[in-house]
Amino acid sequence: MTYVSLTPFDLVLAALLLVLTSGLSLAFRLGLERSIATSALRMCAQLGVVGFLLKLVFESGSPLATAGFALMMLVATAYEVASRQERRFQGPASYLIGGAAPFLAGLIATVFAVTAIIGSEPWWSPRFLLPILGMMIGNALAGVTLVLDTITSAATREKSAIEGRLALGATRWDALQDVLRRGLRTGLTPILSAMAVAGVVSLPGMMTGQILAGADPVEAMKYQIMIMFLIAGATGVAVVLAGLISVVLLTDERHRLRLDRLVPMNKLDA
Amino acid sequence: MLRVDTLRLAPLPSLTFQVADGECLTVEGASGSGKTRLLRAIADLDPVEGLIFLDGAERHEITGPQWRARVRYVAAESGWWSDTPRGTFPRDAVDTERLERQLANVGLTLEHLDRDIGHLSTGERARLAFVRALQGEPKVLLLDEPTAALDPASAALVEEQIRFQLYAGRIVVLATHDVGLSQRVSHTRLMLPKPRLATLQTTGGPA
Repeated sequence: MTYVSLTPFDLVLAALLLVLTSGLSLAFRLGLERSIATSALRMCAQLGVVGFLLKLVFESGSPLATAGFALMMLVATAYEVASRQERRFQGPASYLIGGAAPFLAGLIATVFAVTAIIGSEPWWSPRFLLPILGMMIGNALAGVTLVLDTITSAATREKSAIEGRLALGATRWDALQDVLRRGLRTGLTPILSAMAVAGVVSLPGMMTGQILAGADPVEAMKYQIMIMFLIAGATGVAVVLAGLISVVLLTDERHRLRLDRLVPMNKLDA
Repeated sequence: MLRVDTLRLAPLPSLTFQVADGECLTVEGASGSGKTRLLRAIADLDPVEGLIFLDGAERHEITGPQWRARVRYVAAESGWWSDTPRGTFPRDAVDTERLERQLANVGLTLEHLDRDIGHLSTGERARLAFVRALQGEPKVLLLDEPTAALDPASAALVEEQIRFQLYAGRIVVLATHDVGLSQRVSHTRLMLPKPRLATLQTTGGPA
């Protein structure tokens, strides 16, 4: 099997489908043409930059460049999680929890994968480390976003029940146990359904990519299974971390519920 | 003895008072004057400046949960975190006979503990919350409008139980609009001044 390289003309051809979508938007007066055009351009620019950057990092083979790229991922993660919250924690805590939980969990799973499973030489070889780290963080990020959203909105909604428990002498962990459990369960749902439907409803993106790039489907399948396990592990760690940190941030050392530490997103814009 | 020392609840002037064992302090004032905030502050449910002592020990000498096990706040509308009231009562070492007596004293039965929360009236929930707060023998009861949701007969029962708790040596701090109740049960009455217009305006805006 051979790898078919795409020419710029091939990409223009593929873009015709986008023109079709824009046409539909016009025909049905959805008013989405502009968004379609800008998000498509944004996607091209982002992927273009990332593609060339990765090429540079791969060719340099420098651990420093690898770490730099990973750091970029961390910053983007923190920003992404924080910006998706309906209510978020005041100040830097919001970025800390959104960045640290997915990144740490992703890093643990990735280092485990490249050292113990893949055994790439050297272990930080960017060609293995960065794509796997990206997949780990991306999935952990989705889980963490759900956990934070669930916990902050449930704590706000169920204030009187939580404070009722605190008033009877419960600790913050007792008072918030239902909220925490609900948050963790919600955060783990996407990876569970992704595992359940993998290969049945859709071929996972990475496996599709490997097959298109000429890999043997059975080999691609093995990689995909490994990645799924890693994602499940990374998401689990990230979700639990984010859940525990949010309970700590939502309360104080006197075990009081501190909803005043949450800022609704619409107020930030004002 | 409960002692509150220079408690700061803006915009009120700093508060200092004490309530002896077996005595009741009632807190009166218009809506928004800070009655609920005062009770919540004494229960250490909100961060506030000032010292609060129970039997000579300041609240910071023990953990928040330990403090609230002794100083119990009962909200005007209590929270429920289970399908039935029973799930919100302490599970360990429940003396059924005693619980049944406590429920009967406010016109309820053990059977009320297993009803669906949604099928209980506001008054029934308020009385269940009162009985729930008695579990674990707290020293101080902070009651926020304990009779506001009750019909006259139930209110009289709860009032009698408040007297009974005082007789047993407990300290009661009671926030109420009901001047009659305040006159009947209090040893001391605390009147909070009317809130200034400026403080009312800052509470506006979307939730």
